Amino acid sequence: MDLKELYREVILDHNRSPRNFGRLDPADASAAGRNPLCGDVLDLTLRMDGDRLTDLRFEGQGCAISMASASLMGEAVKGRRRDEIERLYADVHALLTGGESVDAQQLGKLAALGGVAEFPARVKCASLCWHTLNAALAQKHAPVTTE
Amino acid sequence: MNASPAVLSPPYDVARVRADFPILARSIHGKPLVYLDSAASSQRPLAVLRAVEHYETTLHANVHRGVHSLSQWATEAYERSRETVRRFINARSSREIVFVRGTTEAINLVANSWGRGHLTAGDEVLITHLEHHANIVPWQMVCAATGARLRAAPVTAAGELDLDAFRQLLSARTRLIAVAHVSNALGTVLPVQEIARIAHAQGIPVLLDGAQAVPHAAVDVRALDCDFYAFSGHKVYGPTGIGVLYGRESLLAAMPPWQGGGEMILSVSIEASTYNELPWKFEAGTPNISGAIGLGAALEYVESLGREAIAAHEHGLLELASQSLAALPGVRLVGTAAGKAAVVSFTMKGIHPHDIGTILDSEGIAIRTGHHCAMPIMQFYGLPATARASFGCYNDTQDVERLIQGVRKVRELFG
Repeated sequence: MDLKELYREVILDHNRSPRNFGRLDPADASAAGRNPLCGDVLDLTLRMDGDRLTDLRFEGQGCAISMASASLMGEAVKGRRRDEIERLYADVHALLTGGESVDAQQLGKLAALGGVAEFPARVKCASLCWHTLNAALAQKHAPVTTE
Repeated sequence: MNASPAVLSPPYDVARVRADFPILARSIHGKPLVYLDSAASSQRPLAVLRAVEHYETTLHANVHRGVHSLSQWATEAYERSRETVRRFINARSSREIVFVRGTTEAINLVANSWGRGHLTAGDEVLITHLEHHANIVPWQMVCAATGARLRAAPVTAAGELDLDAFRQLLSARTRLIAVAHVSNALGTVLPVQEIARIAHAQGIPVLLDGAQAVPHAAVDVRALDCDFYAFSGHKVYGPTGIGVLYGRESLLAAMPPWQGGGEMILSVSIEASTYNELPWKFEAGTPNISGAIGLGAALEYVESLGREAIAAHEHGLLELASQSLAALPGVRLVGTAAGKAAVVSFTMKGIHPHDIGTILDSEGIAIRTGHHCAMPIMQFYGLPATARASFGCYNDTQDVERLIQGVRKVRELFG
């Protein structure tokens, strides 16, 4: 159990100064993520251009892992298409749960979350933002098909 | 002070107490365990483990059901534990001692049995702002069912009950007062005798949630003059899944059963049933027999150490931990009531409690982090969570020193 693996400098930095922190108004989609056990709160707002996520902001409070994960996620998904985000999420999920080996190259900075796999109690902290993003994208999906 | 040695009680031998708890010998992540989460669940001494083992290996059968010897012995052991509980909290009669799963079930029993029979639209149940969810949600549910209203008395910034505001919240419609004896999130000891006095002057019954009080102080339900008292076995060195509802006999006798089934009946026909006497009227189904026996052994163990001695020992640790933590830069104590049990809740500037918890865990130190199932009091302080260290009879000053070192390490890591 290596704390330095969990709290890498990138994580501490993104926790201290989270990127894309705030709220988009107006937004094309939004979702609230709650981790009732921890009291973590995450509110995500998105702008979309067709299938492409053009901008996002998050706000809320939580532990260093949940804040850094949301910050890193924002940087990683901005400008990407829905299907790319889905693939990225699958890779992040595998990374967090220590499942199959993941191509660190694909993940870029998100690979900094690799230490989480050794701390099962903290996986939910790191994945809260991704669940919230999925919820926001799903919400956006429905109106898109009817417009 | 110049206290004469003659009046000092013998020193509390914490090393000997620690030796009674096998789990304390283990390591976590290669470091000796420092267990500071007794407010969530305490550890169990050998005396409890052996009592349960003795029962399971030599006495087990169903209780109150058989003419065979094992069933009689199991019944005797189970009922002896009830008598131990009665003595421990100084109830008048063992008919006032109902075995339940824990504090939560005890409160739900009162909410459902007493509450549904006594509350009507417009009535009020008065709690406080620092209750555990187990003393909030059952009342919300029974209020929703009956049209009664749940009111909560505020606390001060120190985490003490605002007694004046409490008095003002009492109305002609107040039907029950349900308050914690000791706050699980903050450690505040509430003025429950005063509350009972105020309540009874208006003829209002009082339920005390004693989950956090029973491990730390002598509880005498007659001296407290409460009408219901609820506590859990696993917070007082007993097994999980067993707890106690004390109820004043006149109240329990008038209450309908909550759950129906075996044990709680005298006779059953398809048309109707005759309910059993107290306390079995409230013990439907085969009870947690080994749990009750373990609880009896736990209470006897606590008596053997001396409740005043435990309280004094824990108070020393609480003082040491509070002063040491408060002296660290960026550490804020949450809940600074004048009267506290062995709980110290704190936050660190810029560091979330979960990160504190993970880093301390890597040092072998177990604390609780989160909202402690007391979200309203967290909201009162504007905090999503706190870190909470809580002490039991087996903790020593070295545990406190390791905690302080651990908190220093958290600060180093986060810079």
